[in-house]
Amino acid sequence: MVEISNNKKLLRIALRNCGLLNPEDIFEYIALGGYESLGKAITQMTQDQVIDEIKKSGLRGRGGGGFPTGLKWELTKKQKSQEKFIICNADEGDPGAFMDRSILEGDPHSVLEAMAIGGYAIGARKGLIYIRAEYPLAIARLSTALQQAGENGLLGENIFGTDFSFDIYLKYGAGAFVCGEETALINSCEGKRGEPNYKPPYPVEEGYWGYPTCVNNVETFANIAPIITKGAQWFASLGTEKCKGTKVFALVGKIKNVGVIEVPMGTTLREIIYDIGGGIPGGRKFKAVQTGGPSGGVIGEANLDTPMDYDSLISIGSMMGSGGMIIMDETDNMVKIAKFYLEFTMDESCGRCTPCRIGTKRLYEILNKITSRKGTMADLDALKQLAYMVKDGSLCGLGQTAPNPVISTMKYFWDEYLAFIKDVDHPRGEGRYTAKNKIGIRS
Amino acid sequence: MAGTPEEHADKKNIGIKINHLDLTVPEGITILEAAHKAGVKIPTLCHLDLHDIKMVNKTASCRVCMVELVDSKNNRNKIVPACVTKVSEGMEILTSSLRAITTRRMSVELLLSNHPNECFTCPKNRECELQALAAELGIREIRWEGERMDYPKDLSSGAIVKDSNKCIYCRRCETMCNEVQTCGILSGIGRGFDAHVGPAFNIPMVESSCTYCGQCVQVCPTAALTEVNHTDKVWEALNDPDKHVIVQTAPAIRVTIGEMFNMEPGTIVTGKLVTALKRMGFNTVFDTDFGADLTIMEEAAELIYRLNNNKTLPMLTSCCPAWVKFIEHQFPELLDIPSTCKSPHIMFGTIIKTYYAEKNGIDPDNIVIVSVMPCIAKKAETKRPELTKDEHNNVDIVVTTRELGLMIKEAGLDFESLPDSEYDKPLGETTGASVIFGTTGGVIEAAIRTAYEWITGGELKKVEFEQLRGAAGLRKATVQVGDKTLRIGIASGLGNARTLLEEIRDGKAEYEAIEIMACPGGCIAGGGQPYHHGNFEIVKKRQEAIYQEDRNKKIRKSHENSEILKLYKEYIGEPFNDTAHRLLHTHYEERERI
Repeated sequence: MVEISNNKKLLRIALRNCGLLNPEDIFEYIALGGYESLGKAITQMTQDQVIDEIKKSGLRGRGGGGFPTGLKWELTKKQKSQEKFIICNADEGDPGAFMDRSILEGDPHSVLEAMAIGGYAIGARKGLIYIRAEYPLAIARLSTALQQAGENGLLGENIFGTDFSFDIYLKYGAGAFVCGEETALINSCEGKRGEPNYKPPYPVEEGYWGYPTCVNNVETFANIAPIITKGAQWFASLGTEKCKGTKVFALVGKIKNVGVIEVPMGTTLREIIYDIGGGIPGGRKFKAVQTGGPSGGVIGEANLDTPMDYDSLISIGSMMGSGGMIIMDETDNMVKIAKFYLEFTMDESCGRCTPCRIGTKRLYEILNKITSRKGTMADLDALKQLAYMVKDGSLCGLGQTAPNPVISTMKYFWDEYLAFIKDVDHPRGEGRYTAKNKIGIRS
Repeated sequence: MAGTPEEHADKKNIGIKINHLDLTVPEGITILEAAHKAGVKIPTLCHLDLHDIKMVNKTASCRVCMVELVDSKNNRNKIVPACVTKVSEGMEILTSSLRAITTRRMSVELLLSNHPNECFTCPKNRECELQALAAELGIREIRWEGERMDYPKDLSSGAIVKDSNKCIYCRRCETMCNEVQTCGILSGIGRGFDAHVGPAFNIPMVESSCTYCGQCVQVCPTAALTEVNHTDKVWEALNDPDKHVIVQTAPAIRVTIGEMFNMEPGTIVTGKLVTALKRMGFNTVFDTDFGADLTIMEEAAELIYRLNNNKTLPMLTSCCPAWVKFIEHQFPELLDIPSTCKSPHIMFGTIIKTYYAEKNGIDPDNIVIVSVMPCIAKKAETKRPELTKDEHNNVDIVVTTRELGLMIKEAGLDFESLPDSEYDKPLGETTGASVIFGTTGGVIEAAIRTAYEWITGGELKKVEFEQLRGAAGLRKATVQVGDKTLRIGIASGLGNARTLLEEIRDGKAEYEAIEIMACPGGCIAGGGQPYHHGNFEIVKKRQEAIYQEDRNKKIRKSHENSEILKLYKEYIGEPFNDTAHRLLHTHYEERERI
């Protein structure tokens, strides 16, 4: 990794300890203030006060959806149930994304501590970390951390001499991207086929084995301890009006400085790519950046000054996602990029619902036809119609977002599609249709 | 979770709009249910509500029932599945907006783009829900051509055909197999475009613990799951001048086969059925009811033997081959409790090829016995080694009610206008006791009618045991027989059977006798019966008809069947003796659970 840690635009909260401590030694974590937040939360704060602090901080889920974390905790706490669970979603699977991995490998205790705080707040005695088996080092370090935390009384019975007891177990994922979706994740934890369920009921109502379950992402958890020690106000002072704190991104692709960065919410793409990432190597021109992994969309030059936050990204047809950021230069073909992402989601679809199971396959086939220069204008119409249908009709987030790379590239790089088409006599503007069957036309 | 009507009763009413129409509906129901109340039909495919047997398929996977929810506040309307989305106060629903229709129609187009275009030759032609839906939605073109699934057909079981290329992944079969029948054979395998339903690791059906109950076939909307067709074997036998072809019809056929000819469910068509079979060319037309009466003679004798000699109790009835296979796989430690009686059609087959053949001077080698059964498992049953160990297969061919229906059509018979005729004699006399074998609770009631008189030596005045009847899948009752109180358990549906067997295994409950039928409702809802397409009211009408047929009979107790008595006198001797054991009893074996 290129040394860029002195960059003024960086701000490390979730990554605060990564690279600074030995992740296999709990005492180094404790020496840097580790487990103080847990102590404060369970000895000085009520459950509601903890939840309130998180709510006031404005922390939103870092897994991609951006759901307010404090609210999720509150909803889980409100459920009347003998048993509740808190689950850490460590099934990071976007191509080119390694934010969560960096945290788990570099600072595993920050996640364990936060899960215990969350467990206390919602009334859970058990936590699970659902981690992909392809992260052996992260698994090893988590296992070490779990053992050390247990030996030092920071997990287990009567933590800090209180009535609060909490344990964490590891569950390994078998490499299905869709298991990052929380209901699929829970099914997989239960040993069932890893496929999503229709929501509602949401996991906070009926989750792991039917009990109220709160699922948070690794990076979300990594933000918890600092909020408890430094206070909600401090956290809420960072970022934008609606998105507080920082966000970790994995910068990859055609960029000089490849690596993991953490910046305040609202930092623009231009700042990330040029001021932090060092721009495009080889003197080539920037073309586009893909955020949100295979579920996101491409963002072109015109939108480079968009501030990075959940809502701004959605408004330009992409999404925050978990933080993967792939930069493409002028030599990249956007139709092929769209096909690459679609192939990924098609392969990773669980197959449960028709639009995702067959629709993504057909989208891929049309894209294949186009890139083999056999496509027609009618194929472009069909591609667009089907893309919107898959978005509208799919059951879970995977299918609902799978067409985003197609839709966004068609929007911003229409000419690249046209360049593949053999029957372009009259190049037309984006959004016009000639399909015989008018059903499905969108303006 | 779909609420039951009782749950809805105490829910408050809320106001919603469907297609701009103001409606007041109970809170907690789905959009689909609300639309139904408003007379708006929303097409469905994967959805299946069989609340009578506690099965609701909620996979919401086909995306056919999609409707548009108006969200004018955020100006962001949403498309949601009507089958699982519950109504809430102020909800505005559009069922035929352009966006809803598009999503719905394209879902069907996508399904068709991955479906073999072979309706002409498909066993579900005109019974297929996908076909009907395509017609209903006016699909005229499939715009998304591409790769299709290409899996070999699985005919390994000799009973159920699994044709995965026709699987639309609605998972009804999976819900049935896992939640209702608790067999856990069928589940989703593969992912993405390759996802389809099959046994774990996609092993052949014959290697799985499948009981072949065929309830998956009953709920499959397409022909991904059907029965192995044996009608050609029957035609061949009928056209072989050297063969003496004997047909027997199960108790439950006479109240269901009319449905194959668009007659009202529950119409009793016994006489027409016999005429049809005779006109098709069967040499002899027998009634499996005779076999059922014979079964009662043996089963009642076995029950009394077990009661009097402190042998293993409870005794479980053993007429249902799916249930027999279930206990062999799932409860091998309980294999000493089922009755050793063969199933009625197999018993009858044995008697035909021995007693009847001898008496009529027919070479048993030339006899072909065809059983018309409501059941797919009976196809596999006839291939069990212990039932085929002598060279005279006890029964040669099994066809389902559906297959016979097709054969009657093929024979060009106008079923509804056929005159009535009687079953052939001898071995043609039957009782009311044997007719009720077709419904849940019937076998045990028939057995009790006989056991009562044998134990007490007195006459049973009221033959109906109402406490043994009913619709619940799991029922418990006691019957006073002289100084004995018999505790009876009745389960229909293998999930209920599992509950009952677990109680017995764990010593939580004690019974003297238990009846189990694999299909929820009994043979009237068997896997081989005309498709009910999710309308369980049809099954209820069939049950009423069965009890009506019992009431119509002059003799209603098996041991009063004069031909049965004659058979014992001339050939077997006493029930449950050595000859009876050789001819009419069998044994079970432990099987692996996969």
